[in-house]
Order: sequence, then structure tokens, then C-alpha cells
Amino acid sequence: MAEKVGVYVCHCGSNIAGMVDVEDVARWAGENLPDVAVARDYKFMCSSLGQAMIEEDIKKHGLTRVVVAACSPHLHEKTFRRVCENANLNPYLCQMTNIREHCSWVSVDRAKATVKAKAMVAAAVERVKKQQPLEPMSVQVNPATLVVGGGIAGLQATLELADAGYPVYLVERRPSIGGHMAQFDKTFPTLDCSACILTPKMSEVGQHPNVTMFTYSELEEVSGSVGHFKVKIHKKARYVDEAKCTGCGICVEKCPRKVIDDDFESGLGYRKAIYTPFPQAVPRIPVIDTTSCIWFERGKCRACEKLCPTGAVAFDQKDEHIELDVGNIIIATGWELFDCRRLPQYGYGRLANVFTNMEFERMCNAAGPTGGKIVLRDGKTEPKSVAIIHCVGSRDVNTNEHCSAVCCMAALKFGHLVMEKTSAEVYSFYIDMRTNQKSYEEFYQRLLEEGMHFVRGRVAEVTDAARKPEEEGKLIVQVEDTLVGKQRRIPVDMVVLMAALEPQRDAKELGIKCGISCSMAGWYTERHPKLDPVATMTDGVFVAGTCQGPKDIPASVAQGAAAAARVMGMITKGAVMIEPVVASITEELCSGCRICNNLCPYNAIEYDEEKGVSRVITSMCKGCGTCVAACPAGAITGAHFTNDQILSEIRGALWDAHASAAAPAQAQAPAAAQTASGS
Amino acid sequence: MNPTPSTPTPSTASSASGKPKLALYWAASCGGCEIAVLAINEKILDVAAAFDIVFWPCVMDGKVRDIERMPDGGIDVCLFNGGIRTSEQEYMAQLLRRKSKVLVAFGSCAHEGCIPGLANLSSREEIFQAVYGNGQSTENPQELRPQVQTHTPEGEILLPYFYDTLRTLDQTVPVDYYLPGCPPEAENIWKAIEAIVSGKLPPRGTVLGPTTTVCDECPRKRSEKKIQQFKRTWQTVPDEETCLLEQGLVCCGIATRAGCGALCPRVNSPCIGCHGPNVDVPDFGARMMTALSSVLDANTPEEIERILTEGIPDPVGVFYRFSLAASLLRRSRLRKKEVGPGGNGGNGANQPTGSPAVEKASAARR
Repeated sequence: MAEKVGVYVCHCGSNIAGMVDVEDVARWAGENLPDVAVARDYKFMCSSLGQAMIEEDIKKHGLTRVVVAACSPHLHEKTFRRVCENANLNPYLCQMTNIREHCSWVSVDRAKATVKAKAMVAAAVERVKKQQPLEPMSVQVNPATLVVGGGIAGLQATLELADAGYPVYLVERRPSIGGHMAQFDKTFPTLDCSACILTPKMSEVGQHPNVTMFTYSELEEVSGSVGHFKVKIHKKARYVDEAKCTGCGICVEKCPRKVIDDDFESGLGYRKAIYTPFPQAVPRIPVIDTTSCIWFERGKCRACEKLCPTGAVAFDQKDEHIELDVGNIIIATGWELFDCRRLPQYGYGRLANVFTNMEFERMCNAAGPTGGKIVLRDGKTEPKSVAIIHCVGSRDVNTNEHCSAVCCMAALKFGHLVMEKTSAEVYSFYIDMRTNQKSYEEFYQRLLEEGMHFVRGRVAEVTDAARKPEEEGKLIVQVEDTLVGKQRRIPVDMVVLMAALEPQRDAKELGIKCGISCSMAGWYTERHPKLDPVATMTDGVFVAGTCQGPKDIPASVAQGAAAAARVMGMITKGAVMIEPVVASITEELCSGCRICNNLCPYNAIEYDEEKGVSRVITSMCKGCGTCVAACPAGAITGAHFTNDQILSEIRGALWDAHASAAAPAQAQAPAAAQTASGS
Repeated sequence: MNPTPSTPTPSTASSASGKPKLALYWAASCGGCEIAVLAINEKILDVAAAFDIVFWPCVMDGKVRDIERMPDGGIDVCLFNGGIRTSEQEYMAQLLRRKSKVLVAFGSCAHEGCIPGLANLSSREEIFQAVYGNGQSTENPQELRPQVQTHTPEGEILLPYFYDTLRTLDQTVPVDYYLPGCPPEAENIWKAIEAIVSGKLPPRGTVLGPTTTVCDECPRKRSEKKIQQFKRTWQTVPDEETCLLEQGLVCCGIATRAGCGALCPRVNSPCIGCHGPNVDVPDFGARMMTALSSVLDANTPEEIERILTEGIPDPVGVFYRFSLAASLLRRSRLRKKEVGPGGNGGNGANQPTGSPAVEKASAARR
């Protein structure tokens, strides 16, 4: 039976009609394309009147297929599929062709654009005739959620969900939750104590009955899809039994090995080989760093084990791999600090009194290695002048093009703290001062009034090579002051580099595990930059905080809460529909060559040793088509994207080529040669 | 892609002698298929007993005019090997199609063009230039070229016209069955003949063979694939147990229709793809390329470029060795002035009407 196709060409106001003769396209489709029963144009096909028109046509004319030539299917495919469904037509028998983004918006010649629109409509008509009715699958949403990253964004998301009564698994790579915020002294612009506002949240998470924490753990594997993910957590051995440890700290006190703490103290302080990163750590259970522990190094000591009052130290502890079922995943893995050694002109690592912003945070912190005193690298001399250099590794084509968003405010905060704690002069070397959030500009004004010196210009160099007597023994900041148009050399005692926020080094790797993508720089890509900032292109995986891009604490908290709200929406809904556009393997055609086996980004292909064939696990397949394209035996079919459908689409797109091919006289071989015969 | 033939189901006993009539013919091919028929050894006697062989130019005398005089459908089975390069071959294909109840595209050339089809990378003029012009062993100062028609005092001499493009048999006339292989293996030929004799034939248009690929018949151990380097056969002596592809040899077994019993991999040599693609695969080379590019273990475009250019210096020769003429593109593009008679793939008027739209469209572009 021949199909009856309805073709609907949208004007989209003047968006399409301004460049494409939509009436001509509709008329032409109705008159020329085989099996087209109805062809209409309409001002706004997505309006309720447009939708009603299609619905009525399906019922009245008994249409078996629908083609809508309008905007991107990203915007309105759901709309028109619903229209078909309302008229009792399987929604997968509707095809959209995007004559707006793909045609009118990118054309300058009306006549050519109209021809192109016709080709696109013809392609869609040929394709839609081959489309098969498909039924979406419904999957129950597991109410448990996995939160990856125990920084402020992850903590906020965890608490929102746990407080709403849903179970949360929180995975944190470090020994304690808290993230970068735990390292800070004060927070801008209010100057309240970072720990004072963070630690209550940490302990709330630590004690929440709905929260299961996995610290010193990493996300190892993700499979499944929205509603029913299976995740594997790699829980590294702490060598301390979490059930027995009371967090008394005797082991830490008695440990004879002291090492520089590169992580929490940014290299300014020391920790023991068995340690908790900071006093308010959650959980308060220490870990043994096997690279510095004497027992692991030389097979001697075990002082901590001997002295532990509860016998919690367990040198035979092994790494664990824990499997969990969750319905949704929130990624909140945060950022890491730009390595200032990459910009040798600023002397970090070579000139002792050049510090990074994180070192300076620790130095200002009353619980930090200097007890909150601002001193030079010698540990005792108070600086008389401090230079703060902005945009180190930010806004620079050689390193990172992005603005790290928080450094201007952090620099102002540092300026305030220096002036509060010492009598030093403070210079800020900035490119642009960016203080565009609530109360930020006011804070800038305050610092201007407090007497911080601002020099507009990117610093060329920090050097200890003095040219004048007053520069002797100082660090000289060489800069062009662009406001006065002069080169300046400013001698100071201390330089603080406002190093950039960079994506976590393994962000891409984690993204691949979870099926989400990163920008070129490495920040996770949200589903829509404006309208869907915490969802990703993978259903059930959300992002929050700085892993999506540099942002300050309030924005991170807001995203954490937003991601949690999205997850709660999914849980409350109870079930999600899964697209039936998936791949399947025809076993009779499969030779078990195993080309497809490790291609699937969703781990949805398994190999059956016994039968010697590969198989797609339908519930995990996202229909990306990678395996379909790769299968050399043509044994894998992608539903809704079969060879037949795609080749028909191509045939349709070449409608004008057929027309011209059919017309001219067929080439003819010379008559004489025709009859010449051999043998 | 294969046109549906219009001839009715064969009855296998129709001649005066009571035996069905068999014809064998060769067009643009190397002659290997003829030898392959004889490789069924003494069973050729069974064939002779079962059939009345009416036409087999390679083996016995026969005249085209005798065939022309036969009634349409007078031959029960015709095994046709070779692709269609000249007007004469085209004529014979049409003639034998008309006279045969069952036309079998026998061997890779008739099935998908095979080695002669690789000349579709050149035009007629380029081929003539290589053969009659500047070839290293050619001396032709007068630059003589074959002429379709030559007048001599004795009369007119005619030669077939040489087309720009080699076509497969089913691009020329409707074909009933395909017997793949370069050449088809003796046991498969025998099986096909048996099936024809007994009338147990699959639906028309079928390629006679399994619907899976060579890996299915290959005893080597396979695992997940990651390829860091492609090696050419002279560069390595492969391990005899492990999948050749996993050892970096471009083995086309993954994409090639089974049926040969993995002959080449069994003797430590990679499959070169002579049985053509698996069922419903429109383009063999494209399948191979997407499959291999999917398992390259490389991270940068430069690395990929290096792996491909070093390991696969002749991609068309590797991936389309047998199937260029039957591929979606069929040939390299001809410049306008090069298109001569039949240059568009030939006699379009007699093209079957299976899915002519795309074929004509692409034909017009050549």
C-alpha cells in the first residue's frame, strides 16, 4: 500500500518565508512528490492552530506519514510527534526537516534557497516513507542519586536531596569532603570566615541518615542510563578501619614521619604520613599515605598501629570496588589550580617570595601553617610591600583564554587582608577589574578607599635583577601602566599570583565515563548555555559548580541546588521514557569479529563467547550509531537510521539530479559496435 | 540494488534430450573462473551428464548466431563470468539474458567488477594511453588506437567499442543469482549447480552463500580490537593463532561474506575480500573503512594520519580491490570532455528499473 504523506511547510514568521518561497515549496511538493497527499504552508506551524491543522489532516485524509519543514527538531520535534500521537499516528512516523537553520538562515539567494528547501522536503518525504513505527520504553527511576565531588556545589546538591528524603551517595577523591572552600580563609565580599560557613554543612552531610559518603574514592565506571545507572566506586585503602576509628588523632600525633603537605596546605605546611587533611575534616578518619609511610617504605615502624587505642589501623586493608544502583548522577568535580611554573617570567618556583593565590589563602588562614601571619618565605619577615598580579593563566591565548571569574574579587580580598594584618603597601596589577555580582563593586570601592594601589596593565616580568639601589634585594614588577602609558618598575617584597582556575586534569576521562562532553578547554558542556545550565546531553547526568566553568561560591551553591531540584523532578515523576532509537544486532549476520566491542561509549555491547556473537544491551543503548557505522558485516541496525532510510533520504535530496538525468538523451554506443559479436 | 528479473521460475527439464541446457560465458575477466569450473574435478562429468552444454566458448566451439537463433528462454542456466567493458560484452550479456531462464553472475568480476573494475579509476583515454601510448614496453610512433570501424579494400572491419566504465553484470542486465569469489570455490560451484539441478533455489537476487562474514569461519582467536599500526604482509610474519587484524594486518575478513572457509587466514595470509560484502551491505569499502577507523588506537589527527598513510598507501586498492565497480560511487569522476559513448556506464536505456533514480542521477554526473 502506498503511503499517504502530509507535508507542512512553516513560514516561521519571516524567519523562513523571508528567504524561502514557502508557498512554492508546498505547492511543488503537493504536485510533484510521489505519495504526497496533502501539502500546506502556514505562518507558524508550531502554534496551536498549526498543530490542529496537522491533526485534522491526519484524521480527515488518513495520512500515514507526516513531514514538517520548519525549524530544528531540537526545538519542535516533540511538539509534532505529540500532534501525530494525538491523531493516533505513531510519533516516529513524523519527520522534521530543518529549513530554517539549515536553509533560510544560512542563505542569501532566495531562488537558490527555495530550491534547497525543495530538496530537503523531498529528502524528508522519501525518508519518512521508510520510517517504522517505534514504541518508547518506560524505565522506573531509582530514587538514589550519585554525587561526584564533595566541594561546596556537591555538598549543596547532596543536602538538598538528602533533606528531601532521598538517598545520596557522595564520592570524594580526597580524604575529606569540603573541597577548595575548606582551604580558604575569608570569603568575599562579606569577609566571613570560610570554614565557619562551610563546616556546618560538612558535618551535616557527614551525619545525615540519607547520605552515604565514600571519601578517598573515585568513580570508576558508569553503565546503564537515566533512571537505572550502575556505577562502580573505587574506594582506595585508607589503612584505617572506619568502623573502629574514633578520630582521636593519637596515630597522627605519634607518627614519626613528617612530609610537606602539597595538597591542602599548598606546600606551605607539613603533615604526617598518617593524616587528616585539616582539623574539621569529615570524616575525621585519617589515611596513610603509602608513598611516605615508613612501614611501606622500609617495612618498619607501625607506631600508629601499636598506639591506636581502638586497634583501627589496618595495614592489610585492600582497595574496594563498590557497585551501586542510582537513578541520576550529579557531577560536581570542581577545578584545579593553574601551574604558575608555566609562566616562567613571573618567577614562581624560582623566586622565593612569589606565592600563588592558594598559598596565600593558607597563609592568611588562622588555622594555616603560619597561623594567619603574612610573612615571606623565610617564615618570619613581614613584607613592606605586596604586589598582586591578576590573570595569571587566564585571559591569555598562550595558556587559557577564559576569565577565571573569581580572581579579581579574591585579589581585592587579599589586598584587604594584607592591609588589615600588616602595614604593607599593596599593588594590584589588573587588566580589567571584574566585579559584577551583588555587592562586589561596593567591595572594590571599599578597597579603593582603603588605599590599595591599582595599576592597569599585564605584568611583563617579575625579576630580582636590580637596576637601581632601591631595587636591591627586592622583587621588581615590570609593567606597562596603560592608564598613564608608561613602563613602570615597582619594587616589592612579596608577589602573589592570581593563578587561573583550570578544569580537573581528568575531566575528559570522567566525562567519557558518564557520557558527557567537555568544551575545548575542558569544562563540562551543559545542555543549553542559557536555558538548561545544569543538565547535560546525557539524560540523568547533571553538572554543578566549577566543573562546568569558573564561578564563585554563590553560583556554585545555586547550581548544586538547581541540579538537585532537577533530580528531584525526575524522582517525583517516577518513570522516564527511553527513546526507542537504539541499535540492535542481527545474530545471523554477526560473525563475532569484535570490532564493535570496545567502541560503545555507553558500554552497551557485550560479547557472547559461547555463540560467538556480539549483542546490544538495549536498555543501555543511546542510539548514537557508532557501532552501526563500524560494523563491517552490516549486522548492526540503528532503529530510525537504517540504510534504507538514509539512502532514500539521499535519493530524495537528489531529486533535481534525477529529473535532469531522466531528461537528456541516453548516451548511445555506435550502432556498428553493437552488433559486432565475438566467438 | 539488484534489479528484480522478470523471467519466471525455471523448469529444469526442457530440451529435446530431456537434459536442461547450460551455457557458460566470459566477459571482462582473467579466465580464472573457467578454470574454477574445472576444479570441481571429475564432477564435471556429472555436470555434463546432467546438462546439455550449449555454449562455452573457452572450452568448445560455438557460434553466437546459434544462440541468436534459439528461442528466448531456451537456455536453462547461464553462468556468466566477467564484467562489462565493451559493447560486445554488453551485447552478449543482453543476448544471454534473453535466452536464459536463470542468469548467474559467476565470480567476482560479474558480481562486483573485481580487478578489471579498478580501471574505473581511469578513463578510456587514460587506459588507452597506458596500453597503446606511453607504456614502457610500447612502441607506437604512429599513435595508433583501436578503431570501431576500419575501411579496408577487403571490406569493413568492426571492433567492439571500449567504454570508459566497467560495469557489473547486474548494472547491465537483470541477474538472478550471484556466485561470489575470485574465483568461486569448487565446492560452492558444485553446491550451486546441485541447487539448480534440484530446483532448490533461494529467492531471486540472492547471493549464493552464507549471510555472515569470514571471521565466522576463521579459527583464529579474536578479542577486542585496538590497532596502533597497520603492517603490510611483507613486513611481518604473523602469529598463527591470533586474529590477523589484531596483529595489524588489514584483513578484510571482518567485512567479507563467508563461504570460502577462511582459506587465506588459515594459511597466515589476510583476507582480501573477494567474496564481496555481506547481505544488504551497499558498499564494501565503506564498511571496511568505518570499521578500521573505529578501532584505531590514536589520539591526535596527526597520529591517525601517520597510521593510515604508512600502513595503507593504496586505500582504493585495499578496500575496493574487488568492489569498486559495484560501490556506491562506481568510479572516479570523469571530466566532461572525457565522457564518450557509453561513458556514463553505458546503455542506460536498457537499464533495469529497480531503483533507477539514484543510478541515473549519478550516471548523469559522470
